Amino acid sequence: MARILSILVGLFFTVALAWSFGVGFYTWATEPPAPTAEHEFHIKPEEFHFASDGPFGKFDRQQLQRGFQVYKEVCSVCHALRHVAFRDLAALGYNEAEVKAIAKGFQVPVYNPATGEVATREGAATDYFPPVVYGGQGSPPDLSLIAKAREEGPQYVRSLLNGYRDQPAELLKQFPDSKTPDGLHYNPYFANLNLAMPPPLTADGQVTYSDGTKATKEQMATDVAAFLIWTAEPKLEKRKQTGWAVLGFLLFATVLGYMSYRNIWAGKKH
Amino acid sequence: MSFPWAKQYTPSHPFMQWMDEKLPIPRLVYNAVGGGYEVPRNLNYFWNFGFLAGLCLVLQIVTGVIMAMHYAANTAVAFDTIEQTMRDVNWGWLMRYAHANGASAFFVVIYIHIFRGFFYGSYKAPREMVWLLGVVIFLLMMATAFMGYVLPWGQMSFWGAKVITGLFSAIPFIGEPLQQWLLGGFAPDNAALNRFFSLHFLLPFVILGVVILHIWALHIPGSSNPTGVEVKSESDTVPFYPYYVAKDGWAIGAFAILFCAAVFFFPNYLGHPDNYIPANPMSTPAHIVPEWYFWPFYAILRAFTQDFLFIPAKLMGVLAMFGAIIVWFFLPWLDKSPVRSGAYRPLYRKFFWILVLDMLVLFKCGGAPAAEPYVMISQLAALYYFAHFLIIIPIVSAIEKPDPLPFSITEAVLGADEEAKLAPAAAPEA
Repeated sequence: MARILSILVGLFFTVALAWSFGVGFYTWATEPPAPTAEHEFHIKPEEFHFASDGPFGKFDRQQLQRGFQVYKEVCSVCHALRHVAFRDLAALGYNEAEVKAIAKGFQVPVYNPATGEVATREGAATDYFPPVVYGGQGSPPDLSLIAKAREEGPQYVRSLLNGYRDQPAELLKQFPDSKTPDGLHYNPYFANLNLAMPPPLTADGQVTYSDGTKATKEQMATDVAAFLIWTAEPKLEKRKQTGWAVLGFLLFATVLGYMSYRNIWAGKKH
Repeated sequence: MSFPWAKQYTPSHPFMQWMDEKLPIPRLVYNAVGGGYEVPRNLNYFWNFGFLAGLCLVLQIVTGVIMAMHYAANTAVAFDTIEQTMRDVNWGWLMRYAHANGASAFFVVIYIHIFRGFFYGSYKAPREMVWLLGVVIFLLMMATAFMGYVLPWGQMSFWGAKVITGLFSAIPFIGEPLQQWLLGGFAPDNAALNRFFSLHFLLPFVILGVVILHIWALHIPGSSNPTGVEVKSESDTVPFYPYYVAKDGWAIGAFAILFCAAVFFFPNYLGHPDNYIPANPMSTPAHIVPEWYFWPFYAILRAFTQDFLFIPAKLMGVLAMFGAIIVWFFLPWLDKSPVRSGAYRPLYRKFFWILVLDMLVLFKCGGAPAAEPYVMISQLAALYYFAHFLIIIPIVSAIEKPDPLPFSITEAVLGADEEAKLAPAAAPEA
């Protein structure tokens, strides 16, 4: 009885699924899904190895400072960095006076509860990077976590920044309706191909590095991507170093555990 | 219950004797996981996963309680408090990554534990209650994990909550009001976040309670074993301490190495990047996917694309998704074969491995975008899933001719000759 009931319930679900499958297969066979421009022309970020990648990866502090400079002089016009405090920049190798000087260069909002007005004052080391008031098209995302908030984030940032190009003729031939709208910019690394952000890195030497590194467009994109790995995961180095100590201990303890297991079970067939 | 040859707890120190009279907790521990619990000698490494699951639960409770000290269940600040924990709390990043990856580790362990049960027929008499309580634990784990994933209030938190609570709206007549009542609003918001936090804190302790019942129910018949032949004599068993304490001990080490490698070197591998974007009700992610451990069931949910017998497709999907787990409750009565272990069931064994493959296909489809060919593949895979439990298992258990079983565990381990030497007296029947 239970067996018959169970088979009946089983048939209910399997027939319903077979029906769904049949209808789906018929639709798929008679009207195959049309390809989309996003599907055909989107490309994955270019592969790149950052100094902080891999289990032994460490930040290159010179590079982080260069990346911070690019952020400050280029990106920070539109993009905020709200999870990062100025005091955190000490981890990039700046001393206390330098951190204070950087903070002073930013104006942070102060809300006056008596008047309801928002004034600004010079930043202090304890302040966080201030919000950015942006009036243009699109909505520039906060960059603090961008390296973790995108698939292959650091490589994505690096590729996207110099990924701008003219829309390929092939794309327009296949998808005549997919012309990049006015005010947007074609960039195949961006998920839907058209991006509101204009090309931020326009020429070699756009920033002047104090350490003598030549500021090519590629160099600037790489440096700022490295900086954004740090903003997203400031504890990365400590995490990896701790990891090796933990694994070393566990390996030792597990070998001891295995030996005591062999010892206790010795002579006991199982 | 225990076997007649099990060692008795005999405290020698006066304090332990005093304690044993007033509150015999040491005796309980001795009989549960000490020298007093006799266990089949032939358990393989698949029998370590119950212990590891218990370890994962403790790990989740410890890291979770610490996370809760730094978390605020308010939509305005929830995302930021998690980030502050990662950045400014001493070892906060470790607690957070251990907790997030701990959930994944828990599910890896529990899936192996469940499939161990499928293969070796652990659900069969006299252990039906152990199995039923196990399924309850699994359901509670799913609820807990789902609500925990909402707490960081990232994009996937929000949209996952919206999709899953939206399933309740498929229930006829009361669906919409029920969904609003559960959420405390029309969409996930502060009310929902608060109650999810409250329940996410509560449910692990409920799980702990059911785990205690699960172990209690297990100790009545005693552990099963890979031959599926019940314990007959003293030579079939070894005391839990020191034998299985040592074996579980080194298994914990091996597990911890893999787990820590993930936490310290690939902490975000199993997560979704979109959850590092704060929740935004105005912007829908391109693909809404739950955490990986829900993918097989998510694929079943999405496999129903057509109304059937006047039942809307959405309701069918919801029924099937929950049904896919509810069916496990009936397994002890669907599988009538008197032979427990798949090792002696040639036909069942083949279907078991097809089920494993089928679950992996469903897993892949559940994580993929809801587009062809994934939907069609998941429809066929879901079809097999229901056929396996509701049609194939009852029929196989009726027609299958099992391989000959060993007389006893000892015979299986030592061979018939050695066993004859060992057991001159007749073995007492359990």
